[in-house]
Formats: sequence, C-alpha cells, structure tokens
Amino acid sequence: MSALRSLLLPVLVLLVACGSEQNDPYPNAERGQNILYSAFTERPKHLDPVQSYTEDEIVFTAQIYEPPLQYHYLKRPYTLIPLTSDAVPVPRYYDEQGRELVADAPAAKIAFSVYEIRIRPGIHYQPHPAFAVDETGQAFYRDLADGQLRGIETLADFARTASRELIADDYIYEIKRLAHPHVHSPIFSMMAERIVGLRELGATLQKEANGLPPGTWLDLDRFPLTGVTRVDRYRYRIKLRGKYPQFVYWLAMPFFAPVPREVDRFYHLPGMAAKNLTLDWYPVGTGPFMLTRNDPNSRMVLERNPNFHGETYPCQGEPQDALDGLLDDCGKRLPFIDKAVFSREKESIPYWNKFLQGYYDASGISSDSFDQAVRLGVGSEVQLTDEMREKGIRLLTSVRASIFYMGFNMLDPVVGGLAEQPTKLRQALSIAIDQEEFISIFMNGRGIAATSPLPPGIFGYVEGQAGSNPVVYDWVDGRAQRKSIEVAKKLLAEAGWPNGRNSTTGEPLVLNLDTTSGGMGDKSRLDWLTRQLAKLDVQLVVRSTDFNRFQEKIRKGAVQLYYLGWNADYPDPENFLFLLAGGEGKVARGGENASNYANPEFDRLFDQMKNMESEGPRGVQRLSIIRQAVALLQHDAPWIYGFHPTSYTLGHVWLRNRKPTDVGHNILKYQRIDVAERLRLRQQWNRPVLWPLAVFAVALVAAVLPAVIAYRRRERRTARG
Amino acid sequence: MLAYLVRRLLYALPILIGVNLVTFALFFVVNSPDDMARMQLGVKRVTPEAIARWKAERGYDKPLFINEAANGTAVFTDTIFFSKSARMFAGDFGRAEDGRDIAREIVSRMGPSLAIALPTFLLGLLVTISLALLLTFFRASYLDFWGVVLCVAMMSISGLFYIIGGQYLVSKVWRLVPISGYGGGLDAWKFLILPVVIGVVSGIGSSTRWYRTIFLEEIARDYVRTARAKGLSELTVLFRHVLRNALIPILTGVVVVIPLLFMGSLLTESFFGVPGLGSYTIDAINAQDFAVVRAMVFIGSVLYIVGLILTDISYTFVDPRIRFH
Repeated sequence: MSALRSLLLPVLVLLVACGSEQNDPYPNAERGQNILYSAFTERPKHLDPVQSYTEDEIVFTAQIYEPPLQYHYLKRPYTLIPLTSDAVPVPRYYDEQGRELVADAPAAKIAFSVYEIRIRPGIHYQPHPAFAVDETGQAFYRDLADGQLRGIETLADFARTASRELIADDYIYEIKRLAHPHVHSPIFSMMAERIVGLRELGATLQKEANGLPPGTWLDLDRFPLTGVTRVDRYRYRIKLRGKYPQFVYWLAMPFFAPVPREVDRFYHLPGMAAKNLTLDWYPVGTGPFMLTRNDPNSRMVLERNPNFHGETYPCQGEPQDALDGLLDDCGKRLPFIDKAVFSREKESIPYWNKFLQGYYDASGISSDSFDQAVRLGVGSEVQLTDEMREKGIRLLTSVRASIFYMGFNMLDPVVGGLAEQPTKLRQALSIAIDQEEFISIFMNGRGIAATSPLPPGIFGYVEGQAGSNPVVYDWVDGRAQRKSIEVAKKLLAEAGWPNGRNSTTGEPLVLNLDTTSGGMGDKSRLDWLTRQLAKLDVQLVVRSTDFNRFQEKIRKGAVQLYYLGWNADYPDPENFLFLLAGGEGKVARGGENASNYANPEFDRLFDQMKNMESEGPRGVQRLSIIRQAVALLQHDAPWIYGFHPTSYTLGHVWLRNRKPTDVGHNILKYQRIDVAERLRLRQQWNRPVLWPLAVFAVALVAAVLPAVIAYRRRERRTARG
Repeated sequence: MLAYLVRRLLYALPILIGVNLVTFALFFVVNSPDDMARMQLGVKRVTPEAIARWKAERGYDKPLFINEAANGTAVFTDTIFFSKSARMFAGDFGRAEDGRDIAREIVSRMGPSLAIALPTFLLGLLVTISLALLLTFFRASYLDFWGVVLCVAMMSISGLFYIIGGQYLVSKVWRLVPISGYGGGLDAWKFLILPVVIGVVSGIGSSTRWYRTIFLEEIARDYVRTARAKGLSELTVLFRHVLRNALIPILTGVVVVIPLLFMGSLLTESFFGVPGLGSYTIDAINAQDFAVVRAMVFIGSVLYIVGLILTDISYTFVDPRIRFH
C-alpha cells in the first residue's frame, strides 16, 4: 500500500497543483482572458502584403494591414465599403487626348481610368521601432551597426517604439513595391498591364538593383511612378490603362495596403535580415491587430493594436442575420477580442479533439470527424449530431466562391475543338459523370453541382430553371434532373463513337486523365470515375503524376482531361469567366485558361462583360451578356462543371458574430467571445479522470511484486531446491 | 587516438561530398528550378518573367553541374551545385527559399526536438534494458514466454497506433494532459509527458526482445558461472557482469543514434504539434525548399558520422582490449 501511495502521491500533487483542467494547452495566466483561440495547418510563407497571396497568409495579414476598401461583413452579395478611405472611389474616364469622358462612355473610347482615393485623417500605425525618432526628428534606428543588434532577437527587443499617422504616400510606396525586383509580387505582371508606368518602374528598379549589393535598400521615393500621384497628404490618384471596373476589388486586398517608407528602410538595416527581422516576418499596419509573436512552427499571436482608429459593428445584413443574432452588437466598438492565438495543428485528429474540449473556438469538419459532427436528415438536410447539440455547438454552412472542374484540353485532337463531333463527345461525358453522386459519396454532400463556372453569390449566377445547364439537365417537376445515360450514348454516337468505338476504325475510345492523385483515398475516386465513363463504354486511363509534372503538362498542353479548381480573388464573374477567355490560353499565352478554350464569340461577350458594372441599368445589360456567355460555355462544354464546395464550420456557443465569408478576410475584429461561458464549459468538459492512474499503479505493483517474490525465492533456493 | 580521429574525420569529407551530390541529384531529378520558383511564387498568375527573376536572384539560373559557357575553374564553380554546396562545408547554410535564415531556424527547433527525443531515448534505454534483464533472469519460465509474446505483439503494432491511441485515452478520455502543443519553461512538462511515454512504450517491444537475445547469449558464458560460483547475487551478476559484457552490441546500436536525436521525430512532432527539426525537414520537402532539404541532409550525415566515431570511442571504455591504431 505504501508503494502505491508513494507512486500516486507525486502525480496527484502535480496534477492538483496545476489547476482543474490538466489538458489545457494554454498557459494558466491566459485563463479567463478575452482571447480567441484558433489553429492553422500550413505555415504562412509570406506576410509581406506585396507578396502574400494564399489563404494561409491572409488569415493574418488581413487583420493587420488596411487597404482602402473592405467587404461589408454581413451583406450578401458581397459589397465593398470604405476601410481607410472615405468612400468607394468612382473612376473618371479619359480618352487618348486626356479629355474627360462621361461615366457610361463606351469602353473602347476609354484610354485611361483614374481612381482618386481619399483616406481618412487621424489613422495611426501600430507601435513600431521604425517610427521611433530622436531629438532631431530623425529615425532613432537609422544606422544600426551589427553590435547594436546584439541581444535583439525579435521586434519586441527594441527599446523604443512610436507611431505616426497614415498618409497617402504610404499607399503610393506600396504600389511601387509591386514592381520591386526582390519581392516578387504575384500580381506585378497583371498590374503592370493596367497601372500606367508600373512596368517601366519595374525595369528601372531592376537596373538599379543590379548595381547594388544584395539586401541593399532601394528608396522607392527616388523613383517616380507616373500612374500613381500624390494629390495631398490624404489623397492619391491611380491611373489605369483602359477601363477596369474590377480594380476596386483589388483595392480591398493587402496588395494595396500601406507600407511606410521608414518601415521598409528599417527592415533593410544591416544585420536585420540575418535575424529574420524583415517585413515578410513582422508586418506593420494600421489594422485592429498587430502580430506580437510570429512562430509559424508553433504559435502566432495577434494582439489588439492600441492605436486602432476604431470602427463599429455593422447594423445591416441579410434578413436571416437578425434572427441569428448577428446584429445584436450593432454599433458597438470593434474589435471585441483582445488577442487571437493561432496554434499550428498539422494533423486533423488533435485539432478536432481540442475543439471538442473547448480549446479552439471554431473548427472545420474533416472527413475523419464528419460522422461524429453531422448527419444527413430527411431530404439531405444537414443536422448536427446529438453530441454536438448537447455541447451547444453551432453549424455554419456556406457555398464557397470556388469551383472544381474537369477540364478538356481544347487543343487535343480527340476531345478538343469547337466542331460538332468533339463538342457532342464532351457533352456526352458531361452527362455521364454524375456530379451529384460524386458529391454524395466523396464530399459527404458538402457541395452543390455546378452548372457553369459561376458559383452562387457571384453576379450572374442564376438559380432555378434559368440557371440550369440544358445540355446536362432536364427541368422536371421544378427541379433539375440529370439527362439519362441513353441521351449521352446518343450524343456519343453522333460524335462518331457509337458504343464507345470509332465509327470508322472500330477502335475503342480511350481517354487519358492527368491528375496529381495517387494516394489510397484517391483510388476510390478514380475507380468511380472509370465506372462513370464505362457507362458509355469509354475507357479511362489515369495518368497520375506529381504536381510539378502535372503543371508542366498543363503548360505544354500535353493533357487530355485534367482536374483543377479556382477560388475567387474577388466576387465578380470576370474572375471566373476569364479562366476560359482566349487571351488567357495556357499554351499560347501562359495564362490561366488551362483548357485553351478559344471561342471568338465567347471572347467578344467576355470583353464586353468585363468592362461593365454590375449595378444600375448597365447591370441588367451585363447580366444578359453573362447569360449568353454561360449558355455558350454550356454548349461548348470545355469543362465538365464539377461542384462548388460547401464549407462547414462549427462554432462553440460562446463564439458570437461568426458568419462565413469567402472574400472578406478581416473578420477577426467582428468576433466576440463570451469568456465566462467558455471558462465554465471548459471546466465542465475537462475534469480529469484520475482512476486510470490508480489502476496503473496497482497494476504495476501487481506485476512487480510477484517478480520480486520469485526473485527472492530463487535467491534463497538451495542447490537441492 | 588523435591520429585515428583525424583519419576518420578526413574519411568523412568524401562521404559528405558524396551525400551532398546524391541529395542534389535526387532533388533536381524530381524538381527543376522552375518548379521551385513556381512553388515559392504560387500557381496563381505567375508569369515566366517572374520565374526567371526569382531564379536569377537565387542563382538557380546557372547550369546544374557544368557551365560550358564559362572558362577555367568557373566551368565547375559557376554552377548551382558548387555555389550551393561549397558554403555548407564552411558551416554557412544560407537562407531558406522563403528568405529565413536556416541556421537560426535549426537552432530554435533543436530544443523542442531534443526535449522529446532525449528523455524518450534515456528512459527507453533504462526501461528496455531492465525489462530485458528481468526476462533473462526468468528465462525459460512462463514470465519469459509471455514477456516475449507481449514484446512481439508490441513491436508488431504501428507507431501511429500508439500515438493516436495514447492521445485518445490519455488526453481525450481521461483528460490528463493536452492532446498536442508545445510550451517552453515550466509549462513544457505537460506537453512532453505523453509523447515521451508513448515513445518509450512503442519502443519496448523491439528493444527488449533484442537486448534479451544479447543477454541470453552472455548468460551462458563461463564467467557468469564463475560469478555465481563466487556466491554473487543474481542482480549483481546481471547488472555488473552480464550487462557490462553485453555492452558492445548495445553500444553499436545506441551510440550511433545519440547525435541523430537532434534531427527529431517526424511522426511524433507532427501529431503532437512540436516545432522540431523533424517537421522542419518534412515541411521543406513539401515546399520544395532545396536549401533546407540540403542543409538537413548534410547535418544528418555529419551527425551520423559523429555517431559512428563516438561508437568506436565508446568501445574503448567498455572493452579495454580495444585500442585505436
């Protein structure tokens, strides 16, 4: 008994000494604090706003940087509203001679568009050493020698910090950074086509950088950018070539957020990069939060920016928002939380279990935990399981502004081309591959079958019969019904492949699918796909390869069928339809049109549509053009329109104001935590179970004791036994 | 001994060059500099000009091994292989493709890796050797038989099962420690205890069985009979005589592993969210970050060579008959 006690006692003392929730992964000091807990799977590569372009990164950058515009948190369709600017800028149009044109001037006549942005005075940056000045008003940290950096490992180690007001020059500086040869902005080439003088600036900077040692600071203020001009302290103008109504959406992305010149200079001081003290690592912004700990291997911490200019919670939204309590905080000052802690979780199982224990405030649902979280009710209605309901967990669903599709290479001699026969072949395959079945089997019902490239929520997406794809579906009893396989077989025969064989040579139709799949989970999908094509007696050869080779094949047009997806950059149909524009052909121009689809009629409609606004009377006209373009795509079938995924998010009862959004990422400021409720439920859910320790100790004693007895007996045994 | 060490270190040079060459060749068979650029720049809206600029800036626009356009030694030195490899032999690992300093990253990740690997290693050694000696003591008894059966069963189970099962039971059902995560200072113990216990338990089967075999071989020798005839207790015989004489095969397997503890464990670090060097390497492979992959393989090779030298040195401590020449 004494052995048992001596084993158990220290463990129990240790457990009791550390509070009631032994499995709490956070420091005791954080208990009861107004902190939001979340997780990230992939470490962010870049936090420099000019480079950052992935969802893993924008989760952080969007809370720190403030571009001139943002999306309304609650309104749908997505609506742009001012963030640091005083209004959403309305472009002014000019012809080649510089004469101003009327707002509805034909796009062909518009040589230049000018956006004038006025930022609100009184906005200040987060405290940062780059802003610290000495008695003479010069930067305090301006000539750091290596020795002075000794002992400085993070930004918090700098003794002096300060702030300053946001001015128009900061936005201009950032736009110039798009052309910086060392920061590799992914949108430089695209913006160089639009912003007057940006390409020339890029060439000048490249020349200048070539003559400098690596890491030397390039003072961008020394290099003019003709298309971007300062009007006064708070106003700047951006001059674009032609008409580009989608430009306002870019003004809501971190690419166009402000970067002060002194910050750029500060991070280029000698020795800073060697300590990973770079803008790419430590962002500086005016947003509601600032990054105070950047350990992307383990934990990222955002804390409230004490200099945040203040914003209030929106009072308008969708009708359902009021019922969901999303308008309860109307007019209250943002942000609600003091801190957000993001822990890295590479595996889904620990992530999910920690969410169930209340240590993450929200979670997605991986396929491993789908059955534990939700079940499909009558009529495929998604319901939470009893376990989730008992915990008060809420389910938030939304169809994402994304599409996953199977593309045909239109340059391929068998499936490509706009002639009648290959078109009918593609149409037949579009009917045969049952997307609804795919979504049901492989996506747990988390998605809707696509009828065109446009997902719900994007201007031009039409529900009901008008939005259905007549090539693939019949409209029966008020709902879309996939055409029968006989229709597909008939189309296949008309395409010259009756019963899957060439009508002339009798050879079987063998199609090649290039994919990056190859894992165990993918095999069942590919087997399913093979069976779908077998319904038409068409054979499928799956050519699995690694991502690099797959991309190379796509670039060279060496594929026949392939799978790809696209997430919206901004909520405009142009951002989806351009994926099929002739001018974006992958093989011919290295663009984003991986199918190399080129239909002059579609291109004409696309060019017309892309230069139009979605609002007002022009919006009606635009919708009509989009419908024509979509009808053309449905007929030509360069893609088998796969599905738009539905995102499922689970939120604990203490997490308030969470609304799924795809394009607006600066959502942290709207989140509110009921800290007392979280503390109470965490305690209730995480009471340690101590009896296994006692059982273990008893088992240990029970195992050791006979051995000891046997040993002693053996030791005492005489030669006679 | 010094001459021996110098000789061994000199032998290591061609091995390291060879390992570096093989790593380089294998990496670039799978990834071209264009692929690396695309991985870093993203797949959206990336242009050929951007790729060319990225490659030029990082020196990936040069030929891989031989620069036919160059003259003299530059034929070999003005290549990707030389420019990326030479600095490493001077201890300069350079920067990862995302711009971070590799040496700093390695130093910061070494602690978490060691925090798990070292106690797992030491405790594992203690537990498995003790168990193996226990089975040896009770050799040919039911305890020995069932002990070996249990060891075979334990070594047949995947390491992943121990991790998921351990997390499920200890953290989820019993709620005794956090499921995953890592913390410094006094908070560290609650994150380390489970991975360490799981690491020890998962290693018991194979190691105990292996050590038992070694001890059984020793226990039949004459010196053991002599020790018993002198009237020594069985514990003294086992721990003082058998264990010491069985150390050579044990050290062969154990000492070589010590330097590699720095490299961390991929599976454990991944499931327990430990920011160690194992996950660093895998992240780099996934991100096609050649600079990091090359550095980690190089360090791994160096540590392995150091481990082998340490093994040789340790032989002289446990067996006075062994001398270096």
